[in-house]
Amino acid sequence: MTPPLEWYLLFSAALFTIGLVGVLVRRHVLVIFMSVELMLNACNVALVAFGRHLDTLTGQNFVVFVVTVAAAEAAVGLGIILSLARHKDTVDVGEMDILKQ
Amino acid sequence: MELHSLLFLAFAAVALVAAVLMLLSRNPVHSVLFMLLTFVNVAAMFVLLQAEFIAAIQILVYSGAILVLFLFVVMLLAGGERPLPVLNQPLQARAAVIVGLVLVSELALVVLTSTVGGGQRGPDSPEHIAAVGGNIEALGRQLYTTWLLPFEIASVLLLVAAVGAIYLAKEDL
Repeated sequence: MTPPLEWYLLFSAALFTIGLVGVLVRRHVLVIFMSVELMLNACNVALVAFGRHLDTLTGQNFVVFVVTVAAAEAAVGLGIILSLARHKDTVDVGEMDILKQ
Repeated sequence: MELHSLLFLAFAAVALVAAVLMLLSRNPVHSVLFMLLTFVNVAAMFVLLQAEFIAAIQILVYSGAILVLFLFVVMLLAGGERPLPVLNQPLQARAAVIVGLVLVSELALVVLTSTVGGGQRGPDSPEHIAAVGGNIEALGRQLYTTWLLPFEIASVLLLVAAVGAIYLAKEDL
């Protein structure tokens, strides 16, 4: 049979934490955005593992919607990053402060 | 140890190492490729969980569509930028690592000390899914009956996102 639920949850927690540390540590705007995607994916692992453990497909249905929203978010987010990087000519989040001025 | 557990440990190890390398690599193209490795291993983990459709959309949507989009944007932005330090200011980087360690130990504590997943069993046992005709058939039936309205709203959301992304990425905004 499959490994116990706890293994999947621990893996999901570790992946989520790596994504969180990535958002806080890196300066490149694209890598920060990729770390956000990593956190979403970690949540998907937890949802599917719970659904498998509890004999329900609701978790997998939820993951379908999470993936849809992640795709929409990636498209809009990359469009914003592209126009922002063209405007400021940098990919450093520390220099993207036009709302402050 | 049985085969499934060994496979799980292998996939988990590769996924976590690739995720850490994604954070540490200086070149964003390498970051995207390590991310791809993580996503493929997570897809393999979905196969272990008998979620074949989720594994397929993980490969198609995440690895196929989203990461290729990231690669295109990395290459569009690559021209004429100053080399960027990998890490943020030392103080913030150190604080972030401490926050990460605290968070992962909290989560591990919760998972290991509480009786997770002890609730009532749902109707979709493996036998029931096999009787319906497999994971994709069972998921499709629920998606087009119980979750029909969210499904349609998600399609509208995708349309809005596509139009918005094209508008935002135009040269003369």
